[in-house]
Amino acid sequence: MSKPIAGGAGSAADVVALPRARSASPSGMTRFLESERLLAVMLLAPTVLLLGVFIAYPFVMGVWLSLSNTSVGNPGQFVGLKNFVKAWNDSIFRTAFWNTSVYTFWATIFKLALGMWLAVLLNRHFRGKRLVRASMLLPFIVPTVLSTFAWRWMFDPTFSVLNWLLYRGGFIVTKVPFLSDGLYGLWCAIAVNTWRGMPFFAITLLAGLQTISPDLHEAASLDGANGWKRFWHVTWPLLKPVTLVVVVFSIIQTFSDFQLIYVLTGGGPANSTHLLATYAYQIGVATGLLGEGAAISLFMLPVLFLVVWVQLRYLRRLEGA
Amino acid sequence: MTTALHRRTFLAATGAGLAGILAARTAPAFAQGTKLHIVRWVDFIPEADVELKRQAPEASKALGAEVTFEFINANDLQPRITAAIQSGSGADIIQMLWNWPHLYANALVDVSDVADPIGRSQGGFYDIFSSSAKVGGKWLSVPHGVGANAVAYRRSLFNEIGAKEFPKTWDEYREVGKKLKAKGKPVGQALGHSFGDPPTFAYPFLWDFGGAEVDKTGKKVMINSKGAIEAVKFLQAFWKDACDEGGLAWDDTNNNRAFHAGEIGATLNGASIYIVAKRQKDKLKDDKGEPLFQDIEHAPLMPKGPAGQFALYLPFQHSVMKYSKNQKLAKDFLKWLHQDANYGKWFEVNEGYSVGSTKKWEESPMWGRIDKPLQTFRRAAGASLMLGHPGPATAKATEAYTKYIIVDMFAKGVQGTKAEDAVKWAESELKKIYEG
Repeated sequence: MSKPIAGGAGSAADVVALPRARSASPSGMTRFLESERLLAVMLLAPTVLLLGVFIAYPFVMGVWLSLSNTSVGNPGQFVGLKNFVKAWNDSIFRTAFWNTSVYTFWATIFKLALGMWLAVLLNRHFRGKRLVRASMLLPFIVPTVLSTFAWRWMFDPTFSVLNWLLYRGGFIVTKVPFLSDGLYGLWCAIAVNTWRGMPFFAITLLAGLQTISPDLHEAASLDGANGWKRFWHVTWPLLKPVTLVVVVFSIIQTFSDFQLIYVLTGGGPANSTHLLATYAYQIGVATGLLGEGAAISLFMLPVLFLVVWVQLRYLRRLEGA
Repeated sequence: MTTALHRRTFLAATGAGLAGILAARTAPAFAQGTKLHIVRWVDFIPEADVELKRQAPEASKALGAEVTFEFINANDLQPRITAAIQSGSGADIIQMLWNWPHLYANALVDVSDVADPIGRSQGGFYDIFSSSAKVGGKWLSVPHGVGANAVAYRRSLFNEIGAKEFPKTWDEYREVGKKLKAKGKPVGQALGHSFGDPPTFAYPFLWDFGGAEVDKTGKKVMINSKGAIEAVKFLQAFWKDACDEGGLAWDDTNNNRAFHAGEIGATLNGASIYIVAKRQKDKLKDDKGEPLFQDIEHAPLMPKGPAGQFALYLPFQHSVMKYSKNQKLAKDFLKWLHQDANYGKWFEVNEGYSVGSTKKWEESPMWGRIDKPLQTFRRAAGASLMLGHPGPATAKATEAYTKYIIVDMFAKGVQGTKAEDAVKWAESELKKIYEG
């Protein structure tokens, strides 16, 4: 039988007194441990430290470098916006800026269109669905450098297997200059980027598709909506927030892409396929003009900031609607 | 399976080790565990890297420190150097190509005390090194070798088109090239962003036609000249008529592969095409199934242009980095590396691909033993000019090279930009470097 507590029913002999609260004020250590503000600081400190070391410091350092004439082995002096002006007047920079915009725009469009198509297909029930979903992620999982090397071999000016197939198939009589022509080179890069990034779109959109209740589609079908109408009036409006988030991520990644172009074309021929990141690398790291290289790479910041700001505003409006 | 270590076994083992050190009565020259890290390119003659790796334990023993080599892609050397200097850590010795010591001068140790005695005792360094490795009267790099170039061509193909010898002028070469291209075996020339073949072609080609990036003072940009425009115009026609047009996307390795695969009839290259073809004679065959190397000939220089016949070869040197904590050890290693017994073995493995940095090695008995086409390279190093010619090979010349301005001027031309516009573009880029 359990004992009733004080004030409860029962005889006086059965009453158990609760311990009396201490009248003395809490010790310094207790106050220290019980302070919510301090606890918050302590919990946040590791994150702040990590962000400071790996994000803030490199960023501030990059800004400082871009405002200085630092070159390899030579500590720089403040030169104001000289590096930015120099970059803006540089024809290769302008080509790189244009290439970066074209590359990002088309690669994102293709990734979105193909990723959406793939997601809708994979959202259906069919045999081996899991295997197909898993294998679809392969281009995204394989390290970019490795897969781009494979593509480089396929586009090789001398030994291209694609040229060989096209020639054997009777489609061409001379080699297609996949990488030895600037325009072809850029489109090859867009194709490889699309191949690589499409699974990210597909898998994210697929996750979004699975949150849409089948009842909505069923109701639309009963109302006589065909496949396209169901997609346009049911799927797309509900998928828009996820799509916008994926597009923002993709634009950020594609606009600042480096590895793919570096391995595939190296920015050539004659700088015609440089992106901002590869050109910044050539000037800053290969040539050792760190200040100028930093300025070129910082040109990416306002563009990306604007893209993110516009899209997040749109997203917020969608959520509010 | 685990093996128990008993106290007595441990004492016996460590006791014997200590006894050995005491018996030797010589303290290691450097603190125990000292390591010397050397970064070099991946050689086009793989056996040369194998030989250096083989020598590493010998050097370690002689110097009392652990010597390790790391070989990286030549196109990654400059980014690696930048990263090492800026972070103040990395390899103790890094291989420098071209006149890079000018670009990194503030971060390199004066190695005159190593280079001068080597030069003096070996008949002097080639002139190319006083331009490439000496900055402000000090050696900032110890010259190690020269990668000379020649035009490798297929003797049988030239015979088939009626060319009994290698063309003497660019006009003659264009005619030969036309016939080669008609046979499906064009001239192959790399014109992409790569450290060696594109500049060793583009600079001398410009000089052959009377063009130059700067004047003799190295201060005034001279590229916008009749010679440079004529050079671009000629290359536009030569490229279309005689060359594999994929060369715009080639790096230093593509022409080797294309030549070995029988895709091209001639190309400007080091001796590596011949040497690799010979060392892999069972694999690399011509159309008749005969070893390919037997069909390879070398023309020592590219053809002659209206202004003359020039050459630009690739100097190799080693620099000790200022951030290194083992500068003395690094210098001792370089002295060791250049001792006849050690250097000679590496030199012989190269069979002329990398010739000596000093004139002494022209007299090596190796030259009598190697095949005739390789003997072309024996005295080649003396003919080379340096980046920035006719001006001094300054850091500005290195910057122009690193940005591939001369290479890209030609690449723009063959891609369809008007010759005058391609030259004007180069002029504006060069002015930013030299006069900016």
